[in-house]
Amino acid sequence: MTGLWTLFYKELLRFWKVSLQTILSPLVSTLLYLLIFSHVLEAHVQVYPGVGYTAFLIPGLVMMAMLQNAFANSSSSLIQSKMNGNIVFLLLPPLAYWEFFTAYIAAAVVRGLMVGAGVGLVSLWFTALPLAHPLWMALFALAGCVMLGAIGIITALWASSYDQMAAVQNFLIMPLTFLSGVFYSIHSLPPFWQALSRYNPIFYLIDGFRYGFFGASDVSPLLGLSIVGVCCLALSLATLALLKSGYKLRN
Amino acid sequence: MTPAIEIREVHKRFGSLHALRGVNLTVEQGEFFALLGPNGAGKTTLINILAGLARVTQGHCAVLGHDVVTDYRNARSVLGVVPQELVYDAFFTVREMLRFQSGYFGLKKNDAWIDELLHNLGLTDKADIYTRLLSGGMKRRVLVAQALVHKPPVIVLDEPTAGVDVELRQNLWEFIRRLNRDGHTIVLTTHYLEEAEALCNRVAMLKQGQVIALDTTRNLLSAHAATQVRLRLNPSQLPDALQPLLAGEEAGWFRLTLNDCAALEGVLASLRKANVAVADLEVSKPDLEDVFLRIMGKAA
Ligand SMILES: Nc1ncnc2c1ncn2[C@@H]1O[C@H](COP(=O)(O)OP(=O)(O)OP(=O)(O)O)[C@@H](O)[C@H]1O
Ligand SMILES: [Mg+2]
Repeated sequence: MTGLWTLFYKELLRFWKVSLQTILSPLVSTLLYLLIFSHVLEAHVQVYPGVGYTAFLIPGLVMMAMLQNAFANSSSSLIQSKMNGNIVFLLLPPLAYWEFFTAYIAAAVVRGLMVGAGVGLVSLWFTALPLAHPLWMALFALAGCVMLGAIGIITALWASSYDQMAAVQNFLIMPLTFLSGVFYSIHSLPPFWQALSRYNPIFYLIDGFRYGFFGASDVSPLLGLSIVGVCCLALSLATLALLKSGYKLRN
Repeated sequence: MTPAIEIREVHKRFGSLHALRGVNLTVEQGEFFALLGPNGAGKTTLINILAGLARVTQGHCAVLGHDVVTDYRNARSVLGVVPQELVYDAFFTVREMLRFQSGYFGLKKNDAWIDELLHNLGLTDKADIYTRLLSGGMKRRVLVAQALVHKPPVIVLDEPTAGVDVELRQNLWEFIRRLNRDGHTIVLTTHYLEEAEALCNRVAMLKQGQVIALDTTRNLLSAHAATQVRLRLNPSQLPDALQPLLAGEEAGWFRLTLNDCAALEGVLASLRKANVAVADLEVSKPDLEDVFLRIMGKAA
């Protein structure tokens, strides 16, 4: 287990050493969203009875920040190691593929949760927030970070350049997170887009996470968690299989 | 005794390129072994396969009896590899890198050995410097240190002295020699053939993915390289009896190729008989570079 712990620690240290970029900057940009959208829409939109728009928005933004940072952590660490060639330091020792997976995912979860907690805490300054079901909230937060951490590993394994990496981030991850109900309830969408949103796993993450705060959601939290759980499991198994096969690492 | 390294019928293809064509090689424990060959011969590819960085297309490899595919964890824990590429992790200091590397190999408290490595590689005063700030030669020394954190019984160095200054090269080899005396098996590749000649007891030469020579350094030297003699004569004319030995003639110097030093006596006798005096004479002993060039040339 020493190998696993060391790799986990190294991954933590890696983002911690540049925390201005990895923690503070996502914190600030998320709070800017909060500032702008809540200012513009607070008076116009109410999604759940008795819940102001700012309060509605906060869990969505927190989850979005967690997802993007979990993804960014595993993917940027791995692609940098691949591009610089220092991935050999991890390939030469007798680290098992599951240790590799666990360490990268755990670090992605830690960074995701740190940014999420930061955004959450600072946003309390804007409005009070109920916490109806903390356990549900935590489960969805964890699932979200694991899921995006795994997607980050897969993307970085597949990408042969920073360009391909950025393409996945900008054309897949960003749209999926933005179009998942961070800023609105999908019930406010036309039927076609509403139906389409249900194929976006990130929608269930945000909806379920929000349930943890307000006790109200678009779909039942149990259904949401099942869908999210299956996605997590499938993505984790896929990542483990790729790592085991040495896909694009050991040619 | 289990061989340190065993390579059986190894083939490696990169698409249409057949980089290794049925390599067979056994390195015994305790050997100091050189893997030589021109650029692109397949040395690094072979090392990558041993280290699990690349997969064989066909064939098997084992390190101390551990198959590098089926028993990879054991195989990797007994192997230390200094990669040819100068890689480093810009986020960390030298000491952090060495601690991480120890951890990956399952070692928790390794600072005493890390300090010894730093000392032997002249890195003590660089221990807390970020690796990206080191010069090229220092980065290479860090790579050597990283390969040795777990005191691997089998050590493979892929051009460890490229870009390293003379003094440290001496220190490095002294250190590696000591490891060898302590029982570590050493395999190295280098393009400085005098290094290989001085250090290695056995040599394999690789060309276009095939082993074309494999023998002890001594046997290779005596079997393949002839002694060369350069002569200035008075009068400047080579007797007929010596014409078959003539390898070249430049600026009044005759260059003769002899099978061994003993043949020199016959040359001098022929000269005396023809009444030709020796004005100047140089004997050059064969070195591994001559052998290498001959063998590579022959195999062309
Ligand atoms: N990943 C790869 N993809 C395609 N071809 C490769 C790859 N790695 C190596 N090769 C090719 O395999 C051949 C052997 O390369 P290798 O690096 O093993 O040579 P080498 O003997 O180490 O040479 P050098 O002395 O220059 O280090 C070369 O023709 C090289 O271009
Ligand atoms: Mg090479």
